[in-house]
Amino acid sequence: MTKEWSPRIVAFFCNWCTYTAADLAGVSRLKYAPNVRIIRLMCSGRVDPQFILDALARGADGVLIGGCHPGDCHYVEGNYKMLRRFTLLRRMLADLGIEPERVRLEWISAAEGEKVKRVINEMTEQLKALGPLGLPRKFAEWDREVIALAREVQDREAAAGPCPERPLTPEPQEAVHA
Amino acid sequence: MKATRDEVRIGFYVCHCGHNIAALVDCPAVARYVGTLPGVVLSRDYKYMCSDPGQELIQQDIREHRLNRVVVASCSPLLHEHTFRSAVEAGGLNPFYFHMVNIREHDSWVHTDRILATEKAKALARAAIERVAHHKPLEIKKVPIHPDVLVVGGGIAGIHAALTLANAGKKVYLVEREPSIGGHMARFDKTFPTLDCAACILTPKMSEVGSHPNITLWTYSEVVKVDGYVGNYTVQVKRKARYIHEDLCTGCQDCIANCVYKEPKFADEFNEGLGKRKPVFIPFPQATPQVVLIDPEVCLNFKRNKNPDGTPVVSDKCKKTCVEACGERGAIDFTQKDELREIRVGTIIVCTGFQTFDARRVPAYGYGIYPNVYTALEIERLVNASGPTGGEVVLRGPKNPDGTPRKPRSIGIIHCVGSRDKKTNLWCSRVCCMYSMKLAHLLKEHTGAEIYNFYIDIRTPGKGYEEFYNKLLEEGTHFIRGRVGEVTDWAMTPEEEGKLVIRVEDTLAGVVRRIPVDMVVLATGLEPRADAAEVRRLFNMSCGGDGWFLERHPKLAPVNTFTDGVFLAGCCQGPKDIPDTVAQAGAAAAEALALIDRGYVEQEPNTAHILDNECSGCKSCIPLCPYTAILFDETRQKAYINEALCKGCGTCVGSCPSGSIVQNLFEDEEIFSEIRGVLAYD
Amino acid sequence: MKYAYFPGCSLKGTGRAYEESLLPVLRHLGVEVQEIEDWNCCGATAYMAVDEGKACAAAARNLALAERTGLRQMLAPCSACYLVLNKAQHYLNEYPAMRRVVTRALDSVGLQCRGDTAVRHPLDVLLHDVGLDAIKQKVTRPLTGLKVAPYYGCQIVRPYATFDDQANPESMDKLLAALGATVVRWPLKTKCCGGSLTGTLPEAGLRLSYILLKEALKRGADVIATVCPLCQFNLDSYHAKIAARWEPVRIPTVYFSQLMGLAFGLPAEQTVLHRGMVPLRFEPAPAAHA
Repeated sequence: MTKEWSPRIVAFFCNWCTYTAADLAGVSRLKYAPNVRIIRLMCSGRVDPQFILDALARGADGVLIGGCHPGDCHYVEGNYKMLRRFTLLRRMLADLGIEPERVRLEWISAAEGEKVKRVINEMTEQLKALGPLGLPRKFAEWDREVIALAREVQDREAAAGPCPERPLTPEPQEAVHA
Repeated sequence: MKATRDEVRIGFYVCHCGHNIAALVDCPAVARYVGTLPGVVLSRDYKYMCSDPGQELIQQDIREHRLNRVVVASCSPLLHEHTFRSAVEAGGLNPFYFHMVNIREHDSWVHTDRILATEKAKALARAAIERVAHHKPLEIKKVPIHPDVLVVGGGIAGIHAALTLANAGKKVYLVEREPSIGGHMARFDKTFPTLDCAACILTPKMSEVGSHPNITLWTYSEVVKVDGYVGNYTVQVKRKARYIHEDLCTGCQDCIANCVYKEPKFADEFNEGLGKRKPVFIPFPQATPQVVLIDPEVCLNFKRNKNPDGTPVVSDKCKKTCVEACGERGAIDFTQKDELREIRVGTIIVCTGFQTFDARRVPAYGYGIYPNVYTALEIERLVNASGPTGGEVVLRGPKNPDGTPRKPRSIGIIHCVGSRDKKTNLWCSRVCCMYSMKLAHLLKEHTGAEIYNFYIDIRTPGKGYEEFYNKLLEEGTHFIRGRVGEVTDWAMTPEEEGKLVIRVEDTLAGVVRRIPVDMVVLATGLEPRADAAEVRRLFNMSCGGDGWFLERHPKLAPVNTFTDGVFLAGCCQGPKDIPDTVAQAGAAAAEALALIDRGYVEQEPNTAHILDNECSGCKSCIPLCPYTAILFDETRQKAYINEALCKGCGTCVGSCPSGSIVQNLFEDEEIFSEIRGVLAYD
Repeated sequence: MKYAYFPGCSLKGTGRAYEESLLPVLRHLGVEVQEIEDWNCCGATAYMAVDEGKACAAAARNLALAERTGLRQMLAPCSACYLVLNKAQHYLNEYPAMRRVVTRALDSVGLQCRGDTAVRHPLDVLLHDVGLDAIKQKVTRPLTGLKVAPYYGCQIVRPYATFDDQANPESMDKLLAALGATVVRWPLKTKCCGGSLTGTLPEAGLRLSYILLKEALKRGADVIATVCPLCQFNLDSYHAKIAARWEPVRIPTVYFSQLMGLAFGLPAEQTVLHRGMVPLRFEPAPAAHA
């Protein structure tokens, strides 16, 4: 990769509030960092924690979830359910060593185009300071480590002599993450 | 059914949108890139996809190239998703095989770097290509609409909307918080620019509402709960106790005449506290319904304390001459309680109006400090023939030596009180210039005084308004351009003794003036009602940043809200004059009629369903649904969804541990492929 | 609650009656103050008008010294000091260029200014931290029958009105009412006293003082209560000149803290009423025997 690294943020915006606010930011011609890719959902309650993990695993440096303010959800309470999942996910991410700034939940109402701009700019700056998360690269490295380890074990066993139950030349281990 | 790459034939279109997208995003480059992706059969860029030729292009391509998926990268789906879905359908393809990419509001309009904006467009397009391969054919849901309508608020907006709907043959519930309909307009004396008497043009409509067979009029009532969704609302209305049986009261007002209070004693709300009323009263002579009510706070028959449930304690302290006067009709009932009623309607029109700015928030103008500083609404009542002074404009404070009240010989009218002001409200309240000039005219007529209007700009945007201004100039009204600094009673010269001095910079003359007047009138602005934040939650609406109820689109959908089936009309959506209010009320009624007469509303088919085989019966999803659409089958130990109730939020989908709930249009596969696509482009 | 105390030059000089009466009153109410060590002149309106950068730095030095004490609240009784310190803090936080100038200046003497000290006025502290109830409890000799015109002057309401209304402040009115006095309602309570113009351009400056004195008398006031050393000086010191130019308008002008001391029954050395040029002749109600 020859060009300078810039954070990539995947955003899940709810249709009624945050997506509309992002549209308003567009209509108002506010300018903000181009690092965000917005995926539209009907409600922040639809966000499955797996989406967030998958995005990070595939190379996103940060994930932004946008929903309606508490009490204002178009579907009454979907955003509260999102909040619950998000709180648990945060703790899990901390255990995994992923910085809390990388996964962010914001309440943005349909009238808050300015907030969309502010949040995206802020998050981009924070992630620039933190640097790339680079999970795909890390996965590939770990896979290589595992393969190298398997090869080493194989060599040692070959040197130690044949064992009746185990084949002499075991199958090489495949990368665990495609 | 998973579509393999071989079966999928995607047509991709990137729109220039004139210069809106093309100025920043290299559309041909995006089209070329997408053309290289698997599954893409054709990839074009075009100037205006939403135009007729653009749509026809899609239809033609579907037929000629046997496309079975279509992706358009252009503006926001909130704007044109429907347009393109219809185009795809017209081309013979299920409309849900279409997906839209937002590269205008979310890309070309908000970024500045051409290269980065184009990269972003490519990434988003790729995501759409990956996603659309998984789309399934779906059918639009049709939800039936209950034909009855609820109109909330009985001012001119609510009255006009209710009459329009009732005359179209629909059954309307008109719920009004005050004891009578009429709203603010009932308090005005004359209306600009024609100087029609407000009561004369309003009361016939009020009377029509009162007697219309299709209108159920519930005054002194409030909406307390709204359940349901477009076409099927269940609304709870609290009917407050008047202590009078509405159907028995004939409006003769004998009870008032015979009340133990010989003279009215209590501040009269309708007259802005300038007049007095008795504990039993009718708000104003033309009140609709023509029914009195009793104020339990001051009626002798009620003790001061209340029962635990908040109802007043009946004490029997009073001779009850009112009951005697009512006689055989027996309309008075001191034991009456608040009543909760439930109604079913299909659409709701919110017309709750505005409140006037509290002039006490600008102490520099002396309201509440100097007795002869009035608000515009107080003056409306003073000049009104049925007001507290019978139309005599007189001053508060010391009377003439002979005991007659003093009349003002000079009056200052200050525009923009509470409006166009960073410290209070930023907006222009739109009606104050006109009503200030109207009051200037009426006050001149009633008193012959010298009138001074202090303005920042004169705003006369309506029909006949500028001509009205010219007429005022000819009448000899003094117009001084300058925002008033203060109203003070400090006299600098003997001539100023006993007067109120208005200090203002006359910006056209370039001097600071001191203008002594007898009376100051503050043109207070309009602002959202204090309870707007709670009321909007009742109807699942939003408020804008300034506090007014939020319309769906400021230009193209001024009476719709983001909640289907709930409409807005009148000042609750933003300050406006009576002609615009009536126009908006008619528009809201038309929108409601459009829904009702069609008989159904189309719902996105993005409902959820549960895959029986995979449901483990854990019941995690059951309590999550706010529409109670998820039920549990005890015999089979499986959850299932009533799709008629499902609104498509996806909350249950995101929480199912076995992943056995599928949401149409937002399936896991579809979203995962979007994530993959958006990150695959590097 | 303990406050860092910034007296400023006037309170040690011509305005000494303010400090001499305020400190005992605060002590009497249990408010602890600690005078900032080695404080310097705030620059008042004069320095700000000449060189904003240097004036900010001079004011900020006091803020830095206060920050060093660890006390988060500063009490600045003099109106000019109160305004300048607030203004300097505001500039520091709003204008990065100003912050750079001030930081450079303070660095050279080993000081830093974060700019987060709350600079409070005594009226603010008395009303909101101490509370009117606590003050009423300490009143042993209510000022019954004394008609007081509360005079706020300009600098505590313009341009920043942080603790009271800009056009119609009422904190001192409420305070005086709590002392049992009759508060005179008058429209000039935030009008300029003439400021420095009484010295440099007397026909303008003295006239403004004359207007205030005349109106207070006209409204029936027995005394004017002020918060500002310059206002007190202007209203109290030029009666001969005013009488010569226009007419006599003799009415005493005291600090509100002196009236508080009087109502609390504090001794004469702590109400220092003898410092006024026009004496206040008034005996509060005798102490009630509980």
